Amino acid sequence: MAQAATATAEMSPADEHHWTSTGLDSRKIAIWGFIGSECLFFASLISTYLVYKGKSLVGPLPHTESQCMLHGKMQTCEAIFETPLVTAGTAVLLFSSFFVVLALYHAQKGNRAKLLGWLGATVMCGLFFVSMQVYEFTHFYHKGMGYSTNLFSTTFFTLTGFHGSHVTLGVIWLSTVLFLAARGKLPPEKSLNLELAALYWHFVDVVWIVIFPVVYLMR
Amino acid sequence: MDRRPERVGRAWLARTVLLGLVLLAAACADNYPQTTLNPRSDITRLIDQLFRTTFWWAMVVFVLVEGALVYALWRFRAKPNDPEPVQTHGNTTLEIIWTAIPAVILVLIAIPTVKTIFKTSLPAPNPAVEVNVIGHQWYWEFQYPKLGVVTANELVVPQKKMIGLRMWSADVLHSFWSPQLAAKRDVFPIFSQTKLKKVNPLWFTADTVGDYTGQCAELCGIQHGRMGLRVIVLTDADFDKWVAAQRVGSPLVEGGKVPAAVDSAWKADTIMTKGATAFLTGGCISCHAMVGTPLAGAMTLRGPNLSHVGGRTTIGANMYENTPTNLAQWLRDPQGMKKGSHMILPRPLTEDEIATLVAYLRAHK
Amino acid sequence: MATSVLEHRAPAIHHAHPKTGIWSWITTVDHKRIGILYGATAFLFFLLGGIEALIMRLQLMGPNGKLVDPDTFNALFTMHGTTMIFLGVMPLSAMFFNYFIPLQIGARDVAFPRLNAFSYWVFLLGGLFINASFLVGAPPNGGWFGYANLTSSRVIAATAAAPAPGMNIDFWVIGLQILGIASIAAALNFFVTIVNLRAPGMKMLRMPMFVWMSFVVQVLLLLAFPVITVALVFLMMDRNFGTSFFMPDGGGDPIMWQHLFWIFGHPEVYILILPAFGITSEILPVFSRKPLFGYTAMVFSGIFIGFVGFGVWSHHMFATGMGPFADTFFSMATMVIALPTGVKIFNWIGTLWGGSLRYTTAMMMAIAMVALFIIGGLSGVMHSAPPADLQQTDTYFIVAHFHYVLFGGSIFGLTAGAYYWWPKMFGRLLDEGMGKAHFWLMFIGMNMTFFPMHFLGLNGMPRRVYTYPSGLGFEFWNKFETIGAFILAFSFLIFLVNIIKTWFGPANAPADPWHGATLEWSIPSPPQEFNFPKLPMVGSSVPQWDARRAAGGHLPEPALVSGADIPMPNPSYWPLVSAIGVFLVLGSLLFIRVNPVHWWQLTLFGVAVLFFGVYRWAFEPPH
Repeated sequence: MAQAATATAEMSPADEHHWTSTGLDSRKIAIWGFIGSECLFFASLISTYLVYKGKSLVGPLPHTESQCMLHGKMQTCEAIFETPLVTAGTAVLLFSSFFVVLALYHAQKGNRAKLLGWLGATVMCGLFFVSMQVYEFTHFYHKGMGYSTNLFSTTFFTLTGFHGSHVTLGVIWLSTVLFLAARGKLPPEKSLNLELAALYWHFVDVVWIVIFPVVYLMR
Repeated sequence: MDRRPERVGRAWLARTVLLGLVLLAAACADNYPQTTLNPRSDITRLIDQLFRTTFWWAMVVFVLVEGALVYALWRFRAKPNDPEPVQTHGNTTLEIIWTAIPAVILVLIAIPTVKTIFKTSLPAPNPAVEVNVIGHQWYWEFQYPKLGVVTANELVVPQKKMIGLRMWSADVLHSFWSPQLAAKRDVFPIFSQTKLKKVNPLWFTADTVGDYTGQCAELCGIQHGRMGLRVIVLTDADFDKWVAAQRVGSPLVEGGKVPAAVDSAWKADTIMTKGATAFLTGGCISCHAMVGTPLAGAMTLRGPNLSHVGGRTTIGANMYENTPTNLAQWLRDPQGMKKGSHMILPRPLTEDEIATLVAYLRAHK
Repeated sequence: MATSVLEHRAPAIHHAHPKTGIWSWITTVDHKRIGILYGATAFLFFLLGGIEALIMRLQLMGPNGKLVDPDTFNALFTMHGTTMIFLGVMPLSAMFFNYFIPLQIGARDVAFPRLNAFSYWVFLLGGLFINASFLVGAPPNGGWFGYANLTSSRVIAATAAAPAPGMNIDFWVIGLQILGIASIAAALNFFVTIVNLRAPGMKMLRMPMFVWMSFVVQVLLLLAFPVITVALVFLMMDRNFGTSFFMPDGGGDPIMWQHLFWIFGHPEVYILILPAFGITSEILPVFSRKPLFGYTAMVFSGIFIGFVGFGVWSHHMFATGMGPFADTFFSMATMVIALPTGVKIFNWIGTLWGGSLRYTTAMMMAIAMVALFIIGGLSGVMHSAPPADLQQTDTYFIVAHFHYVLFGGSIFGLTAGAYYWWPKMFGRLLDEGMGKAHFWLMFIGMNMTFFPMHFLGLNGMPRRVYTYPSGLGFEFWNKFETIGAFILAFSFLIFLVNIIKTWFGPANAPADPWHGATLEWSIPSPPQEFNFPKLPMVGSSVPQWDARRAAGGHLPEPALVSGADIPMPNPSYWPLVSAIGVFLVLGSLLFIRVNPVHWWQLTLFGVAVLFFGVYRWAFEPPH
């Protein structure tokens, strides 16, 4: 659809219709612009998390024991994070980026079976990550950490929750593309439709690579 | 059409000159008791000097640039049968020059700016009088921890002594502003539990005896517009007298207990005894600390401490003069006097009670 | 095409669409029509904001004013600021972005026409949402800057006078989030349009200055609005879910709001002024018959202003007591911005210098923009010095400063644009006689209203006060300003009459009434739906002047062509449906405290509408 960024005076109306200054498809530039905007969105959330780190008045706290309200009385709570589970989720999410690259590769080659396989794997990884997060949030809630319990819980749930909703949207988007691919509507010349979703997916991944150490590893 | 440009040019020139004159006239500022242009303390004088430096640089730039603009508008107005003007696209030398000159001017402004920042923004090094300033919706509380005084809305200080303020808020953001004496700084809410204590410093040394106005400068709710304050500068002797009087029944002096002699004198005075009763039964006590009542020593009530309200010049945060009529009307209808104020009467007071309370409150100088 | 999940222009089948009637406007994806919708809507909001200002001026006309009560006054200045910024100046700029970016870069439409319609509908619904607060008697009253913790409900809830927090601030918090979505979507669209749809030969450094400044604005929008969105979400959580983002009793810090707000808020200032800079840079050369002086310097100074604009936010917070080092840093960064701004002003004067100046209304408005912006810029330098700012901040001096920048700068610039481009948009020239009357009254009224605010501020009058006592010397200038404000308002009445008269007048505008320099003047007025029958080839930054010179100074009127073979996007109502979905999702949050049990059902319904709309949009058949 995108044409080379050269033009002659004899362009036909159809040529003109496909004319772009950069030769790239406009949707691709839009996705990059959107990602730039999203960077500031996550930067604000991450900064707030960091500014309020260690400023909670009561527990539970992520890495240390603390005094917290549980079952209606103040008591000593253990550190709330269970890093192994989240590390597994992180690894799965990272692998999904690898899978979606393979899916795109096969989409461009017109290799439908492999495209479906890798794309399916990507979606499954995304689903695993979202489920991991739902489990984690529920678990925290049962351990006495609600959304407004303290500054840590508030900033933690807001930051990771927004990321989780991005992953969820990504899963919906990739599933839609998967559905189209399964019905044979993703021929190589339309592989851009997958590429756009993949770019977004990589971004969501990269953001997690920042969030994970900042939230889970940094003490 | 061809004559219009000339008229444009002249009108602009006239306006420019007029504006300059008006600005100068305003700078004299004799009739503005709350002006920033007539500093009466060390810190505001430092600020004023800096302002005047930047102001005159700005005026020079203003006259030169607007002058060049107006000249161009007049000089290059279209005339009939004008040939096409020379199609210049730029001039690198010129562009470098008119980037460099403003840069030099900015440096000349920046140097005194930075010097003044470091002179003004740090806490008072060694204040003679320390005052805690606490903003409330919508009045100012002043505590003198070392002198044992708690008062409201009227900051009383001695002349020629450095006053160190430590400022915070009991509810929302406010901003303490005394234009002639202390400039302005925001005050932030702190709570005993919080780990983020934000206490802002400010200091000043007042030149001379006088009565200066100021007011809250940060939007703080419905009555932000009338959250005024006064700074009253006294001689050392007068200030000492004032402190001695204020210490009687102050929460910071023996928890509000008054000396036995004063206590027994009040018990013999009907204005005092009837007034104290009305203060209790009328419900005033639920928000106000008052000398001679059980809550004389309270520090965290919602309303201002009234122990020496009779000695203040104004009521309602510098809104009304402290006259018997105004005070009576305030007690009759506080919402009518200051809409949205947090002063809500638990029940309407009778006229008898009002008269008693007015006499009682005014007796406490 | 059916498989596109994001939108792209529909393929090459062109149908005759209904060109008139309300339905054609509801389903339109034509950038020119959307531009007109933006302009009309924004102008109405602008008048509303003006009426709010007039009521405030009447209240402040004399001491101890009793026209409105204190709470109403707080609502008036909150809504005046919010309306003028988000519903007035920004969408008026969006009108020009919409109509003229594609025309000036030689494109047939924006990159995503349906996204463009979506932006408009979300903007409209967001604007109506905020103003609906007046109808339920709960207009926002926490200032356009909404400083926490005044706006966090817990403090207010504790007062006896207001036992429960009203929905006032909720309208504001949610309304701005809705408007933010509109702004980000529109910015993305124009960003891509400028990067990707420039006509053959139009390199970046051949773009008209209006397009350049618009480009900087889109980048600022993309980077600044996410920050305010996050801050608004935090505030919403504080108000509704008991969090403590800005609440000291839970460990939070109200200053955090100020940082987040101004990291958005300062770039926002440039979002408001740069379009006017762009318009001025279009108009001055045309009516001087000389190209813009120092084109490259103008481009890079604009970029530099946008870039440094992200590093100066704390100069709004000198009075918070940040300490001498932070004060120094932000003060110096602020002063640095004076340099590129100065470059722009000198280059404008350089453009006029040696020219042959024709004083049309557009030209006079543009010149006034330069002259008045100088004043606003100089007062800006005065309070870039933190100690001086300790006296000036939160006083009328600041009100004077930013009205010189935003009224003297933005509004004069936008009005100049209106007079300049009106013939292109509507095929009719606005009456020049009435235009001159408009200009002089607006110029005099503007200076009468805002110049004395400098004196009042320096002489001790704070901002946002519903009244002032007598005896402080504020009486005379306040009365003077109120008279000025009504002169200003009257000037816009003349503008309105001019518009109506022109509307019913003859279609008298040729394609190029001013001998313009840029591509929009090469096509008929108003342009046909497809703008350019043939994509133009561009060889310089003044292509229309090149063409005129090549033709020996006289260009024939461009002919209307059928354009039946030119592929154009189809009308669609899915952008509107999606916009309603966004509106329902965010609007439902208004009811969290009203109906804590069931409010989310409306949210879910909104999500369903949104997903339905977006899916139908993405899979819309290309017929």
